[in-house]
Amino acid sequence: MNLFKKFAVLATTAAMACGAAFAADAAEPIAKEDLKVGIIYIGDEQEGYTYAHMLGIDAMKEACGLSDDQVIAKYNIPEDESVYDAAVDLAEQGCQIIFGNSFGFEDYMIQAATEYPDVQFCHATGYQAASSELENMHNYFTSVYESRYVSGIVAGMKLAELYGEDTDSKIGYVGAYSYAEVISGYTAFYLGVKSICPNVTMEVKYTGSWADQALEKETAEALIADGCVLISQHADTTGAAAGCEANGVYDVGYNVSMLDAAPNHALTSASINWGPYYTYAVNCMINGETIDTDWCQGYSEGAVALTELGTACAEGTQEAVDAAWAAIADGSLHVFDTSTWTVNGETVTSTATDDLAETYYGTEYISPDGYFMESELASAPSFAFIIDGITELNQVY
Amino acid sequence: MAAPKQKEPFVRIVKRDSISLGKSVAIRIAAILLSLAFCAVLIYSITHSNPVQVYRSMMDGAIGTGRRTWNTLRDTMILLVTALAITPAFKMRFWNIGAEGQILVGGIATAAVMRYCGNSMPTLLLFALMILVSLAAGLIWGLIPAIFKARWNTNETLFTLMMNYIAIQLTSFFSIAWEAKKGSGNIGTINQKTQAGWISTSFLPDIFGNFNYSINVFIVLTLTVLMFIYLQYTKHGYEIAVVGQSENTARYAGINVKKVILRTMALSGAICGFAGFLLVSGSSHTISTSTAGGRGFTAIIVSWLAKFNPFVMILISFFLVFMGNGATQIASEFQLNESASEVITGIILFFILGSEFFTNYRLIFGKHRKEANE
Repeated sequence: MNLFKKFAVLATTAAMACGAAFAADAAEPIAKEDLKVGIIYIGDEQEGYTYAHMLGIDAMKEACGLSDDQVIAKYNIPEDESVYDAAVDLAEQGCQIIFGNSFGFEDYMIQAATEYPDVQFCHATGYQAASSELENMHNYFTSVYESRYVSGIVAGMKLAELYGEDTDSKIGYVGAYSYAEVISGYTAFYLGVKSICPNVTMEVKYTGSWADQALEKETAEALIADGCVLISQHADTTGAAAGCEANGVYDVGYNVSMLDAAPNHALTSASINWGPYYTYAVNCMINGETIDTDWCQGYSEGAVALTELGTACAEGTQEAVDAAWAAIADGSLHVFDTSTWTVNGETVTSTATDDLAETYYGTEYISPDGYFMESELASAPSFAFIIDGITELNQVY
Repeated sequence: MAAPKQKEPFVRIVKRDSISLGKSVAIRIAAILLSLAFCAVLIYSITHSNPVQVYRSMMDGAIGTGRRTWNTLRDTMILLVTALAITPAFKMRFWNIGAEGQILVGGIATAAVMRYCGNSMPTLLLFALMILVSLAAGLIWGLIPAIFKARWNTNETLFTLMMNYIAIQLTSFFSIAWEAKKGSGNIGTINQKTQAGWISTSFLPDIFGNFNYSINVFIVLTLTVLMFIYLQYTKHGYEIAVVGQSENTARYAGINVKKVILRTMALSGAICGFAGFLLVSGSSHTISTSTAGGRGFTAIIVSWLAKFNPFVMILISFFLVFMGNGATQIASEFQLNESASEVITGIILFFILGSEFFTNYRLIFGKHRKEANE
């Protein structure tokens, strides 16, 4: 398994390096009106994460000029063999490219990709496209940690306004599961907060579900009861925001604006704009170009953003946000700059050590400039350190 | 002043002694047609979609292509085998609510063999071992509450229900122990490259196309016939029926009630374990807490609606799966949420259950009263 992962990372790096070379032997272009696109969603428009993908597909339809009946969507597909059933069904209906939006879909999409080598399969948040060695299997994700970081700045500004920049108050985070995607996200958020209020600490509590309205509300309320004065989340419903509004605590959301759920206490939400990827991938089909094996873009390409700032935001927030975006775009700010965080009191200088082999498989993620190269080696997030200042109240896998 | 004339009841309900097969079938068909008409009105009034097109789309989703038909058959067979498994227990009035857990432990056992022996054992031996351990795991899970029931007369409904939670926790435990990517809590597809331990039809002659679940169908239909014979024509089956009617009668007739309870629950659990094997080896190729997917509970509806008749269970399982698989299609074609199909299924089931009343009783309207009294 370790070797396997190591190979995966190496293969990905190689693939990214020779991306230009691969693009040469491309597939046949498909006329725009003959194109059929399939997409498998884990939820429907009721669920923020899927809704963001649906908006991305709509943006793609408009940008590429596809009609409604050229896109076939399957909703509420659980992470089991139903994914395989859905994928091959879409292939049999003539889709030349099929997207899947949930982490647990990957194995089943690979299974379908093996059977349908002429159909392109694109899987969001996954990590196995490169190691599967299938030319028609692709992974995509966005540098959402950038928007998490900037949403942390919005939270930090509010804390500074309420309690002063030196405050040592505690904030809370409602997480889904204890693994890299979530850890990377809340660390970025926390570092954003800390860039304004350096002495803030954070507690994380996991729900063990991607979308459970009642449980997320309950978890947010438990954190509030524990003394947290601001809540953010990596789970897909408006539950945490509703809990915040009911308890008069400020909230930073995810995916969609929480202003409907918490009109007086929602500050903003870190959001992903999937439109650029869907437009890119479908254009590849139309132009007969090869789709990247690992695709990951961020703020500069319009793939991540913040939702509208709530009226509760502190004065000067917009300016701070704009400054952070500009610094991220020009490369002067790295979210996971190792000088801004420590683990057990020490600065991390390398991930390619024996102690960390179980998590990073000997791959070096720390760049020579001293920052963790999140999403640069593969599209899925890898950052899995629990840094000083963050306490996990539980662990759920 | 004359005594007030007693008011004639508009309708009287009389229990039927018997009902002809034709009549009972006709009543049920009428119930289904009525429920479809009712749903049509509901669909139109709420969504303004054309109900006929919605029904056609459901049909298309469930049996529209060869593969969809096979998927529907595969899911039907899993539901059917679970219903078959719980039937002996329910017929004995032993409320086995624990099918869900018995399926899961059977699935875990199968997955373990696939993981640890999949690439080192000859295929026949591998399958023999997978089946054996899945049967054994289900049997043990079913037998534990039965022992407590037989010895100390504990409440089997609560006991089997709680065993489900233990099985779910066990599944979570193994999901982490065997996880494919650290922290994901997801086992992923087992033996994805080698397909070792997957039920495959590739060695069969190519009559159903390259993709089918004919082996699953064959096994489960054989089990259906065997279960019918077991319940209807064997001494065991008779003992189960007598214990179910009255334990005291059974004792009076010299039946060892404890033995019957243990034996029947062992059988029930073992077949549930086998359903776990079919799920893991024959379709999911992985195990997670959602593998059983509530089938252990749906199977109870199937078994009861069929009045414990295995052949009727085929129809009912097929109907329920058909509605579920059709739902995916109406969701993508009409943007109707899957809940729409659940509403339709619920209404149809309600009408079918309601029709039971008319097969057991007949209504006599006022003017026929004399006739009824004769």
